[in-house]
Amino acid sequence: MSRVCSVVNLDAASGLPLHPLAREAWMAALDDGWADPARLYGSARRARQLLDGAREALAGQLGCRTDELWLAPSGSQALYAAVRGVRAARSRAGSHVVHSAIEHSAVLHACAEGPATAVPVDLAGRVSADGFTAALRDDTVLACLIAASHEVGTLQPALDLPVPVLVDACQAIGRAPLPPWDLLAGSARKWGGPALGVLAVRTGVRWVSPWPEEGGFPGPVDIPTVLAAAVALEAVAVERVAEDARLRPLVARIRAAAAAVPDVEVVGDPDDRLPHLVTFSVLYASGEALVLELDAQGFEVSSGSSCTSSVLEPSHVLVAMGVSTHGSVRVSLSRDVTEADVDRFCAVLPSVVARVR
Amino acid sequence: MILDCLGRRCPLPIIELARALPTVAVGDVVTVLADDPAAEPDLKAWCRLQGQSYEGREGDAFTVRRLS
Repeated sequence: MSRVCSVVNLDAASGLPLHPLAREAWMAALDDGWADPARLYGSARRARQLLDGAREALAGQLGCRTDELWLAPSGSQALYAAVRGVRAARSRAGSHVVHSAIEHSAVLHACAEGPATAVPVDLAGRVSADGFTAALRDDTVLACLIAASHEVGTLQPALDLPVPVLVDACQAIGRAPLPPWDLLAGSARKWGGPALGVLAVRTGVRWVSPWPEEGGFPGPVDIPTVLAAAVALEAVAVERVAEDARLRPLVARIRAAAAAVPDVEVVGDPDDRLPHLVTFSVLYASGEALVLELDAQGFEVSSGSSCTSSVLEPSHVLVAMGVSTHGSVRVSLSRDVTEADVDRFCAVLPSVVARVR
Repeated sequence: MILDCLGRRCPLPIIELARALPTVAVGDVVTVLADDPAAEPDLKAWCRLQGQSYEGREGDAFTVRRLS
Protein backbone atom coordinates (compact mmCIF):
# COMPACT_ATOMS: atom_id res chain seq x y z
CA MET A 1 0.00 0.00 0.00
CA SER A 2 1.48 3.37 -0.93
CA ARG A 3 1.53 6.25 1.48
CA VAL A 4 -1.05 8.98 0.98
CA CYS A 5 1.36 11.60 2.29
CA SER A 6 5.05 11.79 3.06
CA VAL A 7 4.79 11.93 6.87
CA VAL A 8 6.83 9.17 8.50
CA ASN A 9 6.16 8.19 12.10
CA LEU A 10 9.46 7.42 13.86
CA ASP A 11 7.93 6.98 17.31
CA ALA A 12 7.17 3.27 17.44
CA ALA A 13 8.21 3.20 21.10
CA SER A 14 5.21 5.36 22.03
CA GLY A 15 2.67 3.33 20.11
CA LEU A 16 2.07 1.54 16.85
CA PRO A 17 -0.82 1.33 14.45
CA LEU A 18 -2.71 -1.94 14.81
CA HIS A 19 -0.91 -4.81 13.07
CA PRO A 20 -2.96 -5.64 9.92
CA LEU A 21 -3.62 -9.21 11.15
CA ALA A 22 -4.69 -7.87 14.55
CA ARG A 23 -7.13 -5.51 12.86
CA GLU A 24 -8.70 -8.43 10.98
CA ALA A 25 -8.97 -10.49 14.16
CA TRP A 26 -10.47 -7.58 16.07
CA MET A 27 -13.11 -6.97 13.40
CA ALA A 28 -14.05 -10.66 13.30
CA ALA A 29 -14.26 -10.87 17.10
CA LEU A 30 -16.73 -7.99 17.27
CA ASP A 31 -19.37 -10.39 15.90
CA ASP A 32 -18.51 -13.42 18.03
CA GLY A 33 -16.93 -12.02 21.17
CA TRP A 34 -19.34 -9.41 22.51
CA ALA A 35 -21.12 -11.51 25.16
CA ASP A 36 -20.13 -11.87 28.81
CA PRO A 37 -17.88 -14.97 28.83
CA ALA A 38 -19.01 -15.80 32.40
CA ARG A 39 -22.60 -16.61 31.30
CA LEU A 40 -23.89 -20.03 30.25
CA TYR A 41 -25.78 -19.44 26.99
CA GLY A 42 -24.50 -19.99 23.47
CA SER A 43 -23.18 -16.52 22.62
CA ALA A 44 -21.41 -16.44 25.98
CA ARG A 45 -19.81 -19.82 25.31
CA ARG A 46 -18.55 -18.56 21.93
CA ALA A 47 -17.07 -15.51 23.64
CA ARG A 48 -15.50 -17.77 26.28
CA GLN A 49 -13.87 -19.90 23.58
CA LEU A 50 -12.39 -16.85 21.87
CA LEU A 51 -11.08 -15.51 25.17
CA ASP A 52 -9.58 -18.84 26.21
CA GLY A 53 -7.86 -19.22 22.84
CA ALA A 54 -6.47 -15.69 23.00
CA ARG A 55 -5.20 -16.19 26.56
CA GLU A 56 -3.50 -19.45 25.53
CA ALA A 57 -1.82 -17.72 22.60
CA LEU A 58 -0.65 -14.82 24.76
CA ALA A 59 0.67 -17.14 27.46
CA GLY A 60 2.47 -19.24 24.87
CA GLN A 61 4.21 -16.22 23.43
CA LEU A 62 5.12 -14.79 26.84
CA GLY A 63 6.42 -18.13 28.09
CA CYS A 64 3.99 -18.69 30.94
CA ARG A 65 0.97 -20.85 31.78
CA THR A 66 -2.50 -19.48 31.16
CA ASP A 67 -3.27 -19.54 34.89
CA GLU A 68 -0.21 -17.32 35.46
CA LEU A 69 -1.51 -14.60 33.11
CA TRP A 70 -3.57 -11.57 34.16
CA LEU A 71 -5.05 -9.06 31.73
CA ALA A 72 -4.73 -5.40 32.73
CA PRO A 73 -6.05 -2.16 31.23
CA SER A 74 -2.51 -1.02 30.37
CA GLY A 75 1.16 -1.82 30.89
CA SER A 76 1.42 0.96 33.46
CA GLN A 77 -1.40 -0.53 35.54
CA ALA A 78 0.17 -3.98 35.28
CA LEU A 79 3.47 -2.59 36.60
CA TYR A 80 1.84 -0.65 39.41
CA ALA A 81 -0.25 -3.64 40.47
CA ALA A 82 2.78 -5.95 40.31
CA VAL A 83 4.72 -3.93 42.90
CA ARG A 84 1.73 -3.27 45.17
CA GLY A 85 0.56 -6.88 44.94
CA VAL A 86 3.92 -8.37 45.93
CA ARG A 87 4.29 -5.96 48.83
CA ALA A 88 0.78 -6.83 50.03
CA ALA A 89 1.30 -10.59 49.71
CA ARG A 90 4.72 -10.62 51.35
CA SER A 91 4.10 -8.05 54.11
CA ARG A 92 5.30 -10.46 56.80
CA ALA A 93 8.66 -10.83 55.04
CA GLY A 94 9.05 -7.05 54.71
CA SER A 95 8.27 -4.29 52.22
CA HIS A 96 11.64 -3.10 50.91
CA VAL A 97 11.94 -3.02 47.11
CA VAL A 98 15.08 -2.66 45.00
CA HIS A 99 14.67 -1.07 41.58
CA SER A 100 16.82 0.46 38.87
CA ALA A 101 16.95 4.25 38.58
CA ILE A 102 15.48 4.02 35.08
CA GLU A 103 12.23 2.14 35.77
CA HIS A 104 8.95 3.39 34.30
CA SER A 105 7.28 6.04 36.43
CA ALA A 106 4.49 3.57 37.32
CA VAL A 107 7.11 1.36 39.00
CA LEU A 108 8.83 4.32 40.66
CA HIS A 109 5.51 5.60 42.07
CA ALA A 110 4.60 2.17 43.42
CA CYS A 111 8.07 1.61 44.91
CA ALA A 112 7.97 5.02 46.62
CA GLU A 113 4.91 3.93 48.64
CA GLY A 114 7.30 2.06 50.97
CA PRO A 115 11.00 1.57 51.63
CA ALA A 116 12.92 1.33 48.37
CA THR A 117 16.48 1.53 47.06
CA ALA A 118 17.37 2.75 43.57
CA VAL A 119 20.29 1.06 41.78
CA PRO A 120 22.23 3.50 39.57
CA VAL A 121 23.03 3.00 35.88
CA ASP A 122 26.23 3.75 33.98
CA LEU A 123 26.66 6.16 31.08
CA ALA A 124 25.24 3.55 28.68
CA GLY A 125 22.13 3.25 30.85
CA ARG A 126 22.89 -0.19 32.27
CA VAL A 127 22.72 -1.43 35.87
CA SER A 128 25.16 -3.98 37.21
CA ALA A 129 23.74 -7.22 38.57
CA ASP A 130 26.14 -6.80 41.51
CA GLY A 131 24.54 -3.42 42.21
CA PHE A 132 21.21 -5.17 42.74
CA THR A 133 22.75 -7.82 45.00
CA ALA A 134 24.46 -5.12 47.09
CA ALA A 135 21.16 -3.26 47.56
CA LEU A 136 19.31 -6.28 49.00
CA ARG A 137 18.28 -6.15 52.67
CA ASP A 138 16.79 -8.72 55.01
CA ASP A 139 13.36 -7.20 54.43
CA THR A 140 13.63 -6.94 50.62
CA VAL A 141 10.60 -8.56 48.97
CA LEU A 142 11.00 -7.60 45.30
CA ALA A 143 13.50 -6.44 42.68
CA CYS A 144 12.32 -4.45 39.62
CA LEU A 145 14.35 -4.18 36.44
CA ILE A 146 13.14 -3.02 33.05
CA ALA A 147 14.29 -5.39 30.28
CA ALA A 148 15.29 -2.40 28.17
CA SER A 149 14.37 1.21 28.69
CA HIS A 150 11.90 2.65 26.22
CA GLU A 151 13.93 5.84 26.30
CA VAL A 152 17.36 4.52 25.29
CA GLY A 153 16.98 0.81 24.50
CA THR A 154 20.02 -0.54 26.35
CA LEU A 155 19.43 -4.18 27.30
CA GLN A 156 19.80 -4.97 30.99
CA PRO A 157 21.60 -7.96 32.53
CA ALA A 158 19.70 -10.99 33.83
CA LEU A 159 19.25 -10.97 37.60
CA ASP A 160 19.64 -14.06 39.76
CA LEU A 161 18.47 -12.97 43.20
CA PRO A 162 16.96 -14.60 46.29
CA VAL A 163 13.86 -12.37 45.88
CA PRO A 164 11.26 -12.31 43.06
CA VAL A 165 12.24 -10.22 40.04
CA LEU A 166 9.68 -8.05 38.21
CA VAL A 167 10.72 -7.50 34.60
CA ASP A 168 9.10 -4.58 32.78
CA ALA A 169 9.18 -5.91 29.23
CA CYS A 170 6.78 -3.36 27.73
CA GLN A 171 9.30 -2.31 25.09
CA ALA A 172 11.14 -5.63 24.75
CA ILE A 173 8.27 -8.07 24.11
CA GLY A 174 8.28 -8.97 20.43
CA ARG A 175 11.63 -7.19 19.97
CA ALA A 176 14.19 -9.11 22.03
CA PRO A 177 14.57 -12.37 23.97
CA LEU A 178 13.32 -11.84 27.51
CA PRO A 179 15.53 -12.25 30.59
CA PRO A 180 14.42 -14.66 33.37
CA TRP A 181 11.49 -13.27 35.39
CA ASP A 182 9.17 -14.04 38.27
CA LEU A 183 6.70 -11.31 37.33
CA LEU A 184 6.48 -9.94 33.81
CA ALA A 185 4.60 -6.87 32.60
CA GLY A 186 3.86 -5.91 29.01
CA SER A 187 1.77 -3.58 26.86
CA ALA A 188 0.08 -4.77 23.67
CA ARG A 189 0.18 -1.26 22.17
CA LYS A 190 3.95 -1.55 21.98
CA TRP A 191 3.83 -4.73 19.89
CA GLY A 192 1.14 -3.65 17.45
CA GLY A 193 -1.96 -4.65 19.41
CA PRO A 194 -4.68 -2.50 20.94
CA ALA A 195 -4.51 -0.93 24.42
CA LEU A 196 -4.10 -3.90 26.78
CA GLY A 197 -1.70 -4.67 29.58
CA VAL A 198 -0.48 -8.11 30.60
CA LEU A 199 0.92 -9.24 33.93
CA ALA A 200 2.34 -12.74 34.28
CA VAL A 201 3.08 -14.08 37.78
CA ARG A 202 4.95 -17.37 38.10
CA THR A 203 3.26 -20.06 40.14
CA GLY A 204 4.70 -19.92 43.65
CA VAL A 205 5.42 -16.19 43.57
CA ARG A 206 3.33 -14.52 46.22
CA TRP A 207 1.17 -11.80 44.67
CA VAL A 208 -2.34 -10.60 45.43
CA SER A 209 -4.41 -8.28 43.34
CA PRO A 210 -4.58 -4.80 44.86
CA TRP A 211 -8.27 -4.80 43.91
CA PRO A 212 -11.02 -6.87 45.50
CA GLU A 213 -11.83 -8.50 42.17
CA GLU A 214 -11.53 -12.20 41.54
CA GLY A 215 -10.20 -11.56 38.05
CA GLY A 216 -7.20 -9.59 39.17
CA PHE A 217 -7.95 -6.24 37.53
CA PRO A 218 -11.29 -4.42 37.70
CA GLY A 219 -13.52 -3.95 34.70
CA PRO A 220 -14.86 -6.19 31.96
CA VAL A 221 -12.53 -8.06 29.60
CA ASP A 222 -12.93 -6.80 26.04
CA ILE A 223 -12.56 -9.98 24.01
CA PRO A 224 -11.86 -8.42 20.59
CA THR A 225 -9.06 -6.43 22.23
CA VAL A 226 -7.51 -9.52 23.84
CA LEU A 227 -7.79 -11.51 20.62
CA ALA A 228 -6.22 -8.72 18.56
CA ALA A 229 -3.38 -8.42 21.10
CA ALA A 230 -2.71 -12.16 20.87
CA VAL A 231 -2.78 -12.18 17.07
CA ALA A 232 -0.46 -9.16 16.92
CA LEU A 233 2.03 -10.80 19.28
CA GLU A 234 2.04 -14.03 17.28
CA ALA A 235 2.57 -12.01 14.10
CA VAL A 236 5.50 -9.97 15.42
CA ALA A 237 7.04 -13.14 16.88
CA VAL A 238 7.06 -14.65 13.39
CA GLU A 239 8.59 -11.47 11.95
CA ARG A 240 11.00 -10.78 14.83
CA VAL A 241 14.27 -12.22 13.56
CA ALA A 242 13.86 -10.74 10.07
CA GLU A 243 12.80 -7.37 11.49
CA ASP A 244 15.78 -7.39 13.86
CA ALA A 245 18.12 -7.98 10.92
CA ARG A 246 16.40 -5.27 8.85
CA LEU A 247 16.22 -2.60 11.59
CA ARG A 248 19.67 -2.86 13.18
CA PRO A 249 21.55 -1.54 10.11
CA LEU A 250 18.95 1.25 9.74
CA VAL A 251 19.42 2.29 13.37
CA ALA A 252 23.20 2.13 12.88
CA ARG A 253 22.78 4.52 9.94
CA ILE A 254 20.84 6.97 12.12
CA ARG A 255 23.41 6.67 14.90
CA ALA A 256 26.21 7.48 12.46
CA ALA A 257 24.32 10.40 10.90
CA ALA A 258 23.56 11.91 14.32
CA ALA A 259 27.10 11.41 15.60
CA ALA A 260 28.44 13.19 12.51
CA VAL A 261 26.63 16.40 13.48
CA PRO A 262 28.90 18.55 15.69
CA ASP A 263 28.07 18.53 19.43
CA VAL A 264 25.61 15.65 19.23
CA GLU A 265 25.97 12.71 21.61
CA VAL A 266 24.31 9.42 20.69
CA VAL A 267 23.36 7.71 23.95
CA GLY A 268 22.81 4.12 25.03
CA ASP A 269 24.75 0.96 24.25
CA PRO A 270 25.60 0.87 20.52
CA ASP A 271 25.21 -2.92 20.18
CA ASP A 272 23.62 -4.62 23.18
CA ARG A 273 20.28 -2.91 22.69
CA LEU A 274 16.76 -3.10 21.31
CA PRO A 275 16.90 -3.27 17.52
CA HIS A 276 14.52 -0.43 16.68
CA LEU A 277 15.38 2.52 18.88
CA VAL A 278 18.05 5.23 19.09
CA THR A 279 18.33 8.35 21.25
CA PHE A 280 20.66 11.30 20.88
CA SER A 281 21.23 14.62 22.62
CA VAL A 282 21.77 17.75 20.54
CA LEU A 283 23.74 20.29 22.56
CA TYR A 284 22.57 23.93 22.40
CA ALA A 285 19.17 23.00 20.94
CA SER A 286 15.78 22.61 22.60
CA GLY A 287 14.05 19.25 22.33
CA GLU A 288 10.74 20.94 21.63
CA ALA A 289 12.18 22.91 18.72
CA LEU A 290 13.81 19.78 17.27
CA VAL A 291 10.55 17.82 17.50
CA LEU A 292 8.59 20.63 15.81
CA GLU A 293 11.19 21.20 13.08
CA LEU A 294 11.42 17.48 12.32
CA ASP A 295 7.62 17.35 12.22
CA ALA A 296 7.67 20.17 9.66
CA GLN A 297 10.05 18.01 7.61
CA GLY A 298 7.65 15.06 7.79
CA PHE A 299 9.24 13.07 10.66
CA GLU A 300 7.38 12.34 13.89
CA VAL A 301 9.76 11.74 16.81
CA SER A 302 9.63 12.06 20.58
CA SER A 303 11.90 13.77 23.10
CA GLY A 304 12.94 13.26 26.72
CA SER A 305 13.64 16.96 27.19
CA SER A 306 11.79 18.77 29.97
CA CYS A 307 10.26 21.28 27.53
CA THR A 308 8.37 18.39 25.90
CA SER A 309 7.15 16.76 29.14
CA SER A 310 3.87 17.60 30.82
CA VAL A 311 5.60 18.17 34.15
CA LEU A 312 8.48 20.23 32.71
CA GLU A 313 10.99 17.90 34.35
CA PRO A 314 13.77 16.29 32.32
CA SER A 315 13.63 12.54 31.70
CA HIS A 316 14.72 10.69 34.85
CA VAL A 317 16.31 8.07 32.60
CA LEU A 318 18.60 10.58 30.86
CA VAL A 319 19.41 12.21 34.23
CA ALA A 320 20.31 8.84 35.77
CA MET A 321 22.65 8.11 32.84
CA GLY A 322 24.38 11.47 33.16
CA VAL A 323 23.69 12.53 29.58
CA SER A 324 22.44 15.90 28.41
CA THR A 325 18.66 16.23 28.70
CA HIS A 326 18.03 19.27 26.52
CA GLY A 327 17.93 18.64 22.78
CA SER A 328 16.94 15.02 23.33
CA VAL A 329 15.54 13.14 20.33
CA ARG A 330 14.29 9.55 20.36
CA VAL A 331 13.81 7.78 17.04
CA SER A 332 12.11 4.37 17.03
CA LEU A 333 11.27 2.38 13.92
CA SER A 334 8.13 0.38 13.22
CA ARG A 335 7.67 -2.37 10.64
CA ASP A 336 6.31 0.29 8.26
CA VAL A 337 9.49 2.39 8.16
CA THR A 338 11.56 1.84 5.03
CA GLU A 339 15.24 2.23 4.19
CA ALA A 340 14.34 5.24 2.02
CA ASP A 341 12.57 6.88 5.00
CA VAL A 342 15.69 6.45 7.14
CA ASP A 343 17.97 7.81 4.42
CA ARG A 344 15.79 10.89 4.03
CA PHE A 345 15.81 11.39 7.81
CA CYS A 346 19.59 11.16 7.89
CA ALA A 347 19.80 13.61 5.01
CA VAL A 348 17.66 16.31 6.66
CA LEU A 349 19.02 15.94 10.21
CA PRO A 350 22.09 18.22 9.88
CA SER A 351 20.06 21.09 8.42
CA VAL A 352 17.29 20.63 10.99
CA VAL A 353 19.83 20.89 13.82
CA ALA A 354 21.46 23.92 12.21
CA ARG A 355 18.09 25.72 11.89
CA VAL A 356 17.08 24.98 15.49
CA ARG A 357 20.42 26.13 16.89
CA MET B 1 32.45 35.50 36.38
CA ILE B 2 28.75 35.04 37.15
CA LEU B 3 26.13 34.23 34.48
CA ASP B 4 22.60 35.04 35.63
CA CYS B 5 20.34 32.54 33.85
CA LEU B 6 17.61 32.50 36.50
CA GLY B 7 14.21 32.01 34.90
CA ARG B 8 15.77 30.83 31.62
CA ARG B 9 15.08 27.37 30.29
CA CYS B 10 17.65 24.86 29.08
CA PRO B 11 19.53 24.94 26.77
CA LEU B 12 20.01 28.72 27.30
CA PRO B 13 22.19 28.38 30.44
CA ILE B 14 24.37 25.87 28.55
CA ILE B 15 24.65 28.19 25.54
CA GLU B 16 25.65 31.09 27.84
CA LEU B 17 28.26 28.94 29.56
CA ALA B 18 29.71 27.71 26.26
CA ARG B 19 30.13 31.35 25.19
CA ALA B 20 31.57 32.57 28.49
CA LEU B 21 33.96 29.81 29.54
CA PRO B 22 36.55 30.46 26.77
CA THR B 23 36.80 34.09 27.96
CA VAL B 24 38.20 33.13 31.40
CA ALA B 25 41.70 31.81 32.01
CA VAL B 26 42.34 28.08 32.20
CA GLY B 27 41.93 27.14 35.87
CA ASP B 28 39.40 29.90 36.57
CA VAL B 29 35.74 29.29 37.33
CA VAL B 30 32.41 30.52 35.99
CA THR B 31 29.34 30.51 38.22
CA VAL B 32 26.01 29.86 36.49
CA LEU B 33 22.85 30.93 38.30
CA ALA B 34 20.04 28.73 36.99
CA ASP B 35 16.76 27.37 38.32
CA ASP B 36 15.68 25.13 35.43
CA PRO B 37 15.42 21.55 36.76
CA ALA B 38 17.48 20.39 33.78
CA ALA B 39 20.38 22.73 34.63
CA GLU B 40 22.24 20.34 36.95
CA PRO B 41 22.22 17.24 34.70
CA ASP B 42 22.88 19.32 31.60
CA LEU B 43 25.79 21.28 33.12
CA LYS B 44 27.35 18.01 34.34
CA ALA B 45 26.91 16.37 30.93
CA TRP B 46 28.26 19.43 29.10
CA CYS B 47 31.40 19.45 31.27
CA ARG B 48 31.92 15.71 30.64
CA LEU B 49 31.54 16.15 26.87
CA GLN B 50 33.72 19.29 26.68
CA GLY B 51 36.44 18.14 29.07
CA GLN B 52 35.68 20.86 31.65
CA SER B 53 35.14 20.39 35.39
CA TYR B 54 31.75 20.57 37.09
CA GLU B 55 32.64 21.67 40.61
CA GLY B 56 29.22 21.42 42.27
CA ARG B 57 26.26 23.57 43.24
CA GLU B 58 25.09 25.68 46.14
CA GLY B 59 21.38 26.28 45.76
CA ASP B 60 20.88 27.75 42.29
CA ALA B 61 24.60 28.58 41.86
CA PHE B 62 26.58 26.08 39.77
CA THR B 63 30.37 26.30 39.50
CA VAL B 64 32.30 25.18 36.42
CA ARG B 65 36.10 25.30 36.13
CA ARG B 66 37.83 25.73 32.78
CA LEU B 67 40.35 22.93 32.29
CA SER B 68 41.28 23.49 28.65
